[in-house]
Amino acid sequence: MVAVSRSHIADGGAPPSVEGPTRRNRPRGVTIGGIALRTPYWVFSGSVGLIFLAPLLWTAVASVGPRAGTNQVDGWGFGNYETLANYQAGIWRYLANTAFVALLAVALTLLISLLGGYAFARFRFPGKNILFLVTLAILMVPYATLLIPLYVLLNQVGLQNSLVGVALVLTMFQLPFSTFLMRISFEAVPRELDEAAMVDGCSTFSALWRVLLPAVKPGLITVGLFAFLTAWNDFMAPLILINDTERMTLPLAVSNLRGQVQGVVDYGATEAGVVVLALPCIVLFLLLQRHYVRGFMSGAMKG
Amino acid sequence: MRVTAPSRPPSAATRGRARPRGRQALLGWLYATPTAVFVVALFAVPLLLVIRMSVSRWPLLTGNQGINAPDNFVKAVNHRFFTDSVVFTVKYTVLATVLLLALGLGLALLVQESSRWNNLLRASFLIPSALGLASASLLFYVLYSPYASPLAPVLDRLGITFLGSPTAALISTTFLIVWRYAGFYMVLMLVGLQGIPADVYEAARADGASRWQTFRKITLPLLRPTLALTTVLCVTGSLLAFEQFYILTKGGPDNSTITVVQLIYMVAFQGQNDLGVAAALSLIVLLALVLINALQLRAFRSEES
Repeated sequence: MVAVSRSHIADGGAPPSVEGPTRRNRPRGVTIGGIALRTPYWVFSGSVGLIFLAPLLWTAVASVGPRAGTNQVDGWGFGNYETLANYQAGIWRYLANTAFVALLAVALTLLISLLGGYAFARFRFPGKNILFLVTLAILMVPYATLLIPLYVLLNQVGLQNSLVGVALVLTMFQLPFSTFLMRISFEAVPRELDEAAMVDGCSTFSALWRVLLPAVKPGLITVGLFAFLTAWNDFMAPLILINDTERMTLPLAVSNLRGQVQGVVDYGATEAGVVVLALPCIVLFLLLQRHYVRGFMSGAMKG
Repeated sequence: MRVTAPSRPPSAATRGRARPRGRQALLGWLYATPTAVFVVALFAVPLLLVIRMSVSRWPLLTGNQGINAPDNFVKAVNHRFFTDSVVFTVKYTVLATVLLLALGLGLALLVQESSRWNNLLRASFLIPSALGLASASLLFYVLYSPYASPLAPVLDRLGITFLGSPTAALISTTFLIVWRYAGFYMVLMLVGLQGIPADVYEAARADGASRWQTFRKITLPLLRPTLALTTVLCVTGSLLAFEQFYILTKGGPDNSTITVVQLIYMVAFQGQNDLGVAAALSLIVLLALVLINALQLRAFRSEES
């Protein structure tokens, strides 16, 4: 029955030429033969997908499961999360530190790349191309090459061991991507839009704020999302720039957590730490998937 | 507003473009100032400082002790782990790049058609890339441990470990990286595949080309710009590997998995505490990276012509 009704639709449906030119392989109709042909594909691709999900699922389940040598010896519960909560300065402290760094880095990145993208897309000024190229050149320089002198420099200006210092450094590392993305976002907006606003007596700033800001909002969401994910997860900058346990960020704290309990690694608490670290990232990813993928794609267009 | 706007003389409509040059430049600089401040203070100045540090005696605790060129470079190259770390980093880079590009392309071809099922698959390939590299490394640290791993009983029976031998450690770490980054490279490949016009494929089908022939003669050559971009990205990222080895293997077993960036960190902050030598090492890495990327771009460009 299914086969009959489907083929009927296919006959009466759109002629092949109307099918989008981008679609390469015409999807096979859901006939019994089609299902038989497609089953190996579904099984294969489904298991590949599972390989990608399994480590995450296992960690989430194991973090509340029983294991010897952890705070959750038998039965299911949140013992491992209790260990995590009471580790050194406490997880709330580390969460607050990480959130502070991430939010400050996001705010700075958004502000700087909004103004910078506007400048690069809409104004002509001496040194514009050099400044843009130097900003992109940040990508070419290894993280470690910059963190060593930054460690010395931040010490000199009294930002040693400071979360603000870490946020500033992370903002700088985020600038090539965000400036580039905001520049192309502004360039995609027709010039007539802000020119009309200025004819109506808007200053350049109010044209930016009232007219252009709504138009480049998708670009800003992508920039903010990437800045958040990078800053929330960054390991190396706080590793080098922070040496006080009170001021560590969460990735650093969870990493140090291993091997603290009489030389024995508390795997349960580590799993709990991974879950706490990963959860906000995965939620944001699922909510903003489209913006996330667009961020990758803008990088590909550049090439 | 709607009444007055059309009544203005047409010349006024172009006023925005005809703004005086000087004022435009001033405004442009005003908006670009935050970018310039960050780029100068946190990028240009540190870059100059690292050059100065590389030619100065600069212990971690006492700071600048004056010029000593070229001692730091000699010490850096003669460091007992220098050659080993360079060889290991290159080995890891080749392995990771080949696997990631092949898998990225493979996954892209697998989910190329747009359907609900494929959207689901794409999302599941991409989810690991939302995790930080440190979180992913910690996750696999547990997954690979002989005690907590769900695979522990199987491994025990087979008598192998994930991180016990240098080869196993390299392969296990590469698996972690492939898991974390394959989705990212899949997206880049998908963008590249979408750029290939459909009629080229139709022409090939009309000529009776097999799937393999189509892939070899059409997909791969037309994908070259994407392959160039992904190769440069992947090589750069892998040459600068740090977190995965720092967290997962700590350079072990027997110091067999020390990457160049890990060496820089060790020299600067673990034991030796010599920022001068670390700066010299970082400069060597920077120059090598610029050189390698230039060579790659040239290779891809000359193939094209």
